[in-house]
Amino acid sequence: MSLSNDQVGHIARLARIAVSASELEATRDKLNGIFGLIEQMQAVDTSGVEPMSHPQELATRLRPDLVTEADRREAFQKVAPQTEAGLYLVPKVIE
Amino acid sequence: MINASLPELRRALDARQISAVELAGLFLDRIDALNPALNAFITVDREGALAAAHTADQRIAAGSAGPLTGIPLAHKDVFCTEGVLTTCGSKMLANFVSPYDAHVVSLLKAAGAVSLGKANMDEFAMGSSNESSYYGAVKNPWNPERIPGGSSGGSAAAVAARLAPIATGTDTGGSVRQPASYCGITGIKPTYGLVSRYGMIAYASSLDQGGAFGASAEDCALLLSAMTGFDERDSTSLERPTEDYAAALAGPASTRPLEGLTIGLPREFFAEGMADDVRATIDAAIAQYRALGATTVEVSLPNARLAIPAYYVIAPAECSSNLSRFDGVRYGHRAADYGDLADMYAKSRAEGFGAEVKRRILVGTYVLSHGYYDAYYLQAQRLRRLIAQDFQAALQHCDLIAGPTTPTTAWALGEKADDPVQMYLSDIYTIAVNLAGLPGLSHPAGFGADGLPVGLQLIGDYFAESRLLNAAHRFQQATDWHTHRPACAA
Repeated sequence: MSLSNDQVGHIARLARIAVSASELEATRDKLNGIFGLIEQMQAVDTSGVEPMSHPQELATRLRPDLVTEADRREAFQKVAPQTEAGLYLVPKVIE
Repeated sequence: MINASLPELRRALDARQISAVELAGLFLDRIDALNPALNAFITVDREGALAAAHTADQRIAAGSAGPLTGIPLAHKDVFCTEGVLTTCGSKMLANFVSPYDAHVVSLLKAAGAVSLGKANMDEFAMGSSNESSYYGAVKNPWNPERIPGGSSGGSAAAVAARLAPIATGTDTGGSVRQPASYCGITGIKPTYGLVSRYGMIAYASSLDQGGAFGASAEDCALLLSAMTGFDERDSTSLERPTEDYAAALAGPASTRPLEGLTIGLPREFFAEGMADDVRATIDAAIAQYRALGATTVEVSLPNARLAIPAYYVIAPAECSSNLSRFDGVRYGHRAADYGDLADMYAKSRAEGFGAEVKRRILVGTYVLSHGYYDAYYLQAQRLRRLIAQDFQAALQHCDLIAGPTTPTTAWALGEKADDPVQMYLSDIYTIAVNLAGLPGLSHPAGFGADGLPVGLQLIGDYFAESRLLNAAHRFQQATDWHTHRPACAA
């Protein structure tokens, strides 16, 4: 398979990464090289093989529904780009 | 003193031949002198180190020192350290002073170890050469024109150059074993689930595992013993008792201490692809294992060749999901100029991430997108099962598997920097171990034609860390490859 510039632009939009027109070609070539490597997988017949999502197939641990974390809002917001009155600020999304 | 083993440092500290403050100062001065050329550290925390060393001295005086109390170490910058810059090798986190400690960092603090600072690494642990770091490439202490390996290249270079006696690292596809091999030191990646991932900045969660670097298997055993243990804050942390890996190294002196140990040699690892000088070194090391009493048997890992393609679906898929948290809202880089919210995300991520990280996010986004999930992600997970089954079948015939850690010695800086696929192929012997979740270790086995270190990889069954460390320790008791140092640490 080979990705087109349009497909790369679409993936980049899904990934929320701005890719400029000047970067598009080089990005596409590198991605196509990587997919060339990945394609080797398709030659193997894996019918009947159960997918393995994890090395240790464990059930998710449950815990009582209790508050276990202390309120550290101030410490956590100190590293935020923009906050006000304990809230994270982002560009307006609703007019 | 800089080349002393951890047990030797312990004795010197306990006998008051040196204080923890003096020991920390010794290594901090070496960092000041050598780091400008090596670039192994992103952050040096002199003040924090000296304060921790002072506390360690009080503990030693009070008679309550543990094995690591007062021992200096470096943390890979993937581990969150409260109050200390934690960049993960990225511009995205160039201003991130972590508000909390990773579980591994808490454990080592509690053990009294003295963190000297944060080691350089490939950006978000994505790379095999340490050249993808936003903070510049790390130089191999054996030859500054060569790469140290990656992604834990700073940790490995720091230990090799004796800027720290031990260091933490992480291994998602070989990122502890490969740089240990290229820098001529010992490194172990334990069984998936033994080291908590809490506060270890995520790359590919089903593969990421913390590990340990040291000059020897004995030093690695001491560090690893302090890093492992159940942590309820990591949903894949295993609930099992911790082990004292160092105690497991003790055994009666014998000229054939590995009598009864069967080592499997995978046919596929000794096929074409391994450089001649690596092959000669590995063959000689395996002969040494036989001389120590081990027997060898040929085994097969027929699906191992599929590990790289499967990994480059699974790891990017998990990475694209994990790295979606970096959006310029709660932490990390935010673009200076943007329009609406979507534009803010797209520009912040375009500016904050480097080229390799963006490529892996894009690959992962594609393989998880509608219509491609079965052909890529599920197929890769099925291959993952076949690869894991191969190891189980091989381990029916042997106690450990041995082979090269890498196909060549460290390559030249810049040689593969613009060719991701060539870079990926260098991890051919390490990646399958992560897919299976098994423990793996690399130890120095000799030198290649260009005078650069060659590492031998040992792979064990789940929870076989003691067996791996013990075999490597016996090898190191009978040989001196692990005592060779680059000129800057001679």
